[in-house]
Amino acid sequence: MVYAFSDGFKQLSARAIFLSAAFVLTSWTAAPAQQDPPYFVTYSSVLEEPGNLEIENQNIAAKPRNTNAFFAPTLEFEYGVTAWWTAEAYLQGQATSNDSTVFTGYRFESRFRPLPREYWINPVLYVEYENVNNADKSFLEITGNTSTSILEVPNARLRKELERSIEGKLILSSNVKGWNFSENIIAEKAVNESEPWEFGYAIAASRPLRLKGTTRSCVLCLQNLSAGAELFGGLGTRYSFGLKQTQQYAAPTIALNTPHGMTFKFSPEFGLNDNSAGVLWRFGMTYEIQQFRDWFRRSK
Amino acid sequence: MKTGVLLLLITASAVCVAAANGSWLKKVPKADRERVSPYSGVPDAASAGRLIFSDNCAKCHGEDAEGKRNRPSLRSERVRNATDGEIAWLLKNGNMFKGMPNWSGLPEQQRWQVIAYIRSLNSPVSGVRP
Repeated sequence: MVYAFSDGFKQLSARAIFLSAAFVLTSWTAAPAQQDPPYFVTYSSVLEEPGNLEIENQNIAAKPRNTNAFFAPTLEFEYGVTAWWTAEAYLQGQATSNDSTVFTGYRFESRFRPLPREYWINPVLYVEYENVNNADKSFLEITGNTSTSILEVPNARLRKELERSIEGKLILSSNVKGWNFSENIIAEKAVNESEPWEFGYAIAASRPLRLKGTTRSCVLCLQNLSAGAELFGGLGTRYSFGLKQTQQYAAPTIALNTPHGMTFKFSPEFGLNDNSAGVLWRFGMTYEIQQFRDWFRRSK
Repeated sequence: MKTGVLLLLITASAVCVAAANGSWLKKVPKADRERVSPYSGVPDAASAGRLIFSDNCAKCHGEDAEGKRNRPSLRSERVRNATDGEIAWLLKNGNMFKGMPNWSGLPEQQRWQVIAYIRSLNSPVSGVRP
């Protein structure tokens, strides 16, 4: 808490405000979300419905120890190709106070659900290609041995160090009596430099605050609110597997699914060791364009 | 190797064909088929289900549930004849090779309320197949 919303945020440049406003406006023009659990880092087995395009603006703000405050928005486009395949593209940027605003890269990923039915635990396979420079501060996942000391390096230097990598995740997810439990096991390998396989994890649980629907349409009803918690961090590399010299975070999270509208998510993520930032403030908005593919089909 | 790929393709095709035209009904286990809606006869269930349907299902099946494009109408003989348990099984598991996603992320209570609404669109049928 000591590090959050300190003077550093007041110094964020006009460019940062413009960047975030552009991301927000872009996502605001799109429309509603589904029954996704309220997670930022952990994936569940919920895929995008076929034909729908979901646009999400996810932002992170922090003032880690001994470094400048930063704000890092990510814009996500998620499309349901089929009921068992979801494809997604990410665009990322960040603005650091007393430094600069930079575009940090892009990612493409696909998620596949191999089993046709619902089981007590449901696997989803995730593959991603990312082309991101080291100025990235999105914290979309944490792998390998890292610490927040890299945040002290100026953007001008970090943006020159480009990392292209492939990433795989095994997503496991269960739905039990209204609760969702999800576990992700992450493996990442740089393809443009000689680095070992890096590993990470994310686990989460959540539940809507009310399981039964009401007879009147409302926004701030309990069934539209869901709450949960996430735990995520690095697991080292092939040669140094474990929690040593990794970042670890624990986060309560809450989401509001407005009927025929947007989803709003919020989560303060607390660093659990000295390698982690004190608090990462994460907030996001999601809108789903329903049956987007019908725009390109002749009406029937 | 080639034989394996061929067998895989044949199996996948067979699964797709089997999934067509309501044949998912044959996959529903007996215990699931015989489940009875806990909201059967509850007056508010259908009106709550209408709102959930509107938020989650109408985009594909239409606001009036009469279907859109190649997405099926829910005012049909097949739905009318299906038991509550069969529809509940479909909502939970989906029919992924035919484009129907599973709705296991939606709380079970809300899925039963949707079923109550679908029932109200068709002639009321008890939880057992006639």
